[in-house]
Amino acid sequence: MQHVRAHVLICAGTGCTASGASKVEAALREELVKKGLDKEIMVVETGCHGFCEMGPLVIVYPEGTFYVRVQPEDVPELVESHLYKGRIVQRLLYKEPVTHESIPNYNELSFYKKQMRMVLANCGHINPEIIEEYIAVGGYEALGKALTTMTPEQVVDEMKKSGLRGRGGGGFPTGMKWDFTRKAAGDKKYVVCNADEGDPGAFMDRSVLEGDPHRVIEGMAVCGYAIGADEGYLYVRAEYPLAIKRLKIAIKQAEDLGLLGDNIFGSGFSFRLKIKEGAGAFVCGEETALLASIEGKRGMPRPRPPFPAISGLWGKPTNINNVETFANVPQIITRGAEWYASIGTEKSKGTKVFALTGRINHTGLAEVPMGITMREIIFDIGGGIPGGKKFKAVQIGGPSGGCLPTELLDLSIDYDSLTQAGAMMGSGGLVVMDETTCMVDLAKFFLTFTQAESCGKCTPCREGTKRMLEILTRITEGEGKESDIALLESMAKNIKTSALCGLGQTAPNPVLSTLRYFRDEYEAHIREKRCPAGACTKLAGYRITDACKGCGLCTKTCPVSAISGEIKSQHTIDEAICIKCGACMAKCPFKAIIKG
Amino acid sequence: MNSNHEQKCCCGGKGGASNMAKLDEIMAKYQGAKGALIPVLQEAQDAYGYLPKDVIVRIGEKMSIPTSQIYGVATFYAQFHLNPRGKNIIRVCQGTACHVRGAKAILKALEDTLKVSAGKTTPDLKFTLETVACIGACGLAPVMMVNDDTHGRLTPEIVPEIIGRYA
Repeated sequence: MQHVRAHVLICAGTGCTASGASKVEAALREELVKKGLDKEIMVVETGCHGFCEMGPLVIVYPEGTFYVRVQPEDVPELVESHLYKGRIVQRLLYKEPVTHESIPNYNELSFYKKQMRMVLANCGHINPEIIEEYIAVGGYEALGKALTTMTPEQVVDEMKKSGLRGRGGGGFPTGMKWDFTRKAAGDKKYVVCNADEGDPGAFMDRSVLEGDPHRVIEGMAVCGYAIGADEGYLYVRAEYPLAIKRLKIAIKQAEDLGLLGDNIFGSGFSFRLKIKEGAGAFVCGEETALLASIEGKRGMPRPRPPFPAISGLWGKPTNINNVETFANVPQIITRGAEWYASIGTEKSKGTKVFALTGRINHTGLAEVPMGITMREIIFDIGGGIPGGKKFKAVQIGGPSGGCLPTELLDLSIDYDSLTQAGAMMGSGGLVVMDETTCMVDLAKFFLTFTQAESCGKCTPCREGTKRMLEILTRITEGEGKESDIALLESMAKNIKTSALCGLGQTAPNPVLSTLRYFRDEYEAHIREKRCPAGACTKLAGYRITDACKGCGLCTKTCPVSAISGEIKSQHTIDEAICIKCGACMAKCPFKAIIKG
Repeated sequence: MNSNHEQKCCCGGKGGASNMAKLDEIMAKYQGAKGALIPVLQEAQDAYGYLPKDVIVRIGEKMSIPTSQIYGVATFYAQFHLNPRGKNIIRVCQGTACHVRGAKAILKALEDTLKVSAGKTTPDLKFTLETVACIGACGLAPVMMVNDDTHGRLTPEIVPEIIGRYA
């Protein structure tokens, strides 16, 4: 093995690649050759660090210096200064948004300090396309331990004791699910990994698949051994081409080393994996729809029972878990259920990866122990709201979830507390909203999504979401009726109880939760024909502030002559004539025209 | 292939009737495999750019699946297209994170630049403009993909320039 004095890690995840990471890497390699340093410094492409906002990310080890938004032009200085002279390039360091302090070290960043990175431990630190790097950090040890020292029953017991619950949204105890499938009658069984991460605003599964694919493969193989399956499928969204590519490489490498295939570790256990690409249908994240899709059919759900554990893929007992769930398995087997169960709350064990997005300073992935508060995630890890705006709400769990207002920032986050608050864990997408987001518009946005993705099989979902969307649309356009709120509530309750699958049953959640916490905004839209956030264009009113210099530019711009006033004195807008086109606001050189 | 199909072909000979050998090759790979319809459709679309009628009919004949059923599958999934598509596929994200960071304005800028509405292809077949629910690059919101390239931190002003690189 070649010895080097420093490693330069470049993130090659989707986020950083989009920000130009591959150009930075090419420039770096070229520069190292030019300076004659290419033999002593190794460049490593890694998976995602989860701090996508600041990409392309470059980390120099052994110091652990963390450089952000590195561009190809920065490379000569980086090489000359840091790698040649040993001086840190200050201007490329990350600056904390509140203190404006430069932070040189990876572990000192507020974004990482409160995190507990277990599932994401290897992401960004190993090269995901080299199996030896995964093995070097303890990879495939769990599979070896399970196959050579444990019986399938013991594996299932260990999973039960760990308290791990499904990370895809439902939160069903994983060990129990494995037990059902193990006990189901049948010679042929399947393991399926749900990697159809469709919730808008969630990208943790993508990062795990791109940054540490072997962890998922190992988890699936352990599951196969526990339930008695010799075949598994990974159902991956076609929108994730890099994840699919890395999985293919990983499967091939595992096969070449005999970690997949026949008679693994000489135990007599055989296991093979296949990848199925999704074809663009959100409903395929629902397990029975996903199975139909693997079978080559329209991805429509079917009633349960029978559950897939009894009758799944091609009618055979099938265990389906999502990516993050499988990624938790290896550490539970190697470090033991007791250790795992010591993390988290009484009923929600371990960590959860959240995707922090929206109106927040640090966009990215945050893995935290269960039981942490929303305030810690948003303000300590996420760095708060940018632009001096005020926090308004956070949407958790995507289109199936709900929003939590300021009053619930100190809620301890676990499966049960979230359900009680009218939201849900879902896949773990957290979209932060500030005062400029209209909650009625947000509910409309989610319903537009679920309505478009409804497969059309059952009437409550197909027709019900459409009617609810019509009502929301008319409210945001100022045509809402006093009776609309009650009608929305009763429809929501009916759809929740009568829809066939999870998509329909949870589709009304965003409406119900915004009604619960932001009812006054609905009322303002309906009664006063006003959008308090100033987001609904049809309701936006414009007014002229005292910053007006009376230049008269707006009167000339207004297509309906709604603005009047003497030159050199403050003008006014006649709301009765105004068509709310916004042309005046765009034109005003003094920013004296505002919305709301 | 049937000559009367050939006349209906409007894709300039790229896919269509003239070359079924590629399709037969694809199907041969999946012979006897379970649940092969979707991968076959995916690869056929890669080869022909979209799914022309005669391709669907032939898949049905060779794989013994009713054409109606293939049509059902092809129209269910957002990924499959029954009409010719542009050389460059633009997928502009309308997911939650992008939504709260101004995805609507990006879509409008694209529609204005290309002079087509979402879901449509430019008459010169250079661009197809599509919306997607989330491409999982929320850290860079608002984002779009042009073919396999992801472009992030978009503003309406920068859109024409990015499009220009692909024209």
